[in-house]
Amino acid sequence: MAFLTRDPIELPPLLTGVQSPALGGVATFLGLVRNHHEGRSVLRLDYSAYGPMAEAECARIVAEAEERWPVAVALRHRIGALAIGDTAVAVVAASAHREAAFAACRYVIEEVKRRVPIWKREHYADGTTAWVDPTATLQHA
Amino acid sequence: MTAAAPAIVTVHVLLFASYAEHLGTETIELTLSSPATVADVIAHLRRLPGGQLLPPKPLCARNLAHAGQDDSVSDGDEIAVLPPLAGG
Repeated sequence: MAFLTRDPIELPPLLTGVQSPALGGVATFLGLVRNHHEGRSVLRLDYSAYGPMAEAECARIVAEAEERWPVAVALRHRIGALAIGDTAVAVVAASAHREAAFAACRYVIEEVKRRVPIWKREHYADGTTAWVDPTATLQHA
Repeated sequence: MTAAAPAIVTVHVLLFASYAEHLGTETIELTLSSPATVADVIAHLRRLPGGQLLPPKPLCARNLAHAGQDDSVSDGDEIAVLPPLAGG
């Protein structure tokens, strides 16, 4: 299964992929490209990845969620050049009941952010670019 | 004891994003004396031109899985040095 894609992420096929008559609840999370970062105006950004490890880590995260909760999970992360408003990541967690669906969905997105080797370079309105470092704010605190 | 392990290990190092820019390359072959750890790989990289811009203990992966600084490296391993992750 490929978790990374260079194509726009479409939610309906992900929902179809986890469908089953036993389902009672589906939780989805979409991460979108924002037009601002720490006060700077962002025009677009480029996502890059360590592809083979990103695929392996996504597979491990989905397997962990499906082992921990009675859920079926779909996960996609887009790489390449993205525009403001584009979907960068999508998580779908389906279960018989909402508690497991919400919990698994939250687990997967948090672990993706923490563990999957993906980077983004932001292009700002002033013509400059920078690699995003989510840990920088902590270091400066 | 007769150790069959070679006295040296050659590892394939991958650099990404800002770290690749710091060292001016995305791949480096390193030969280290055995036994060697991830920390030894980083120490070697930090002596290369631009390598001083790497943090002393960056996030690393060994053969597609996250690795600790003390993890040992074997001949033929792929060691990736990962800048702060920014997915999602």
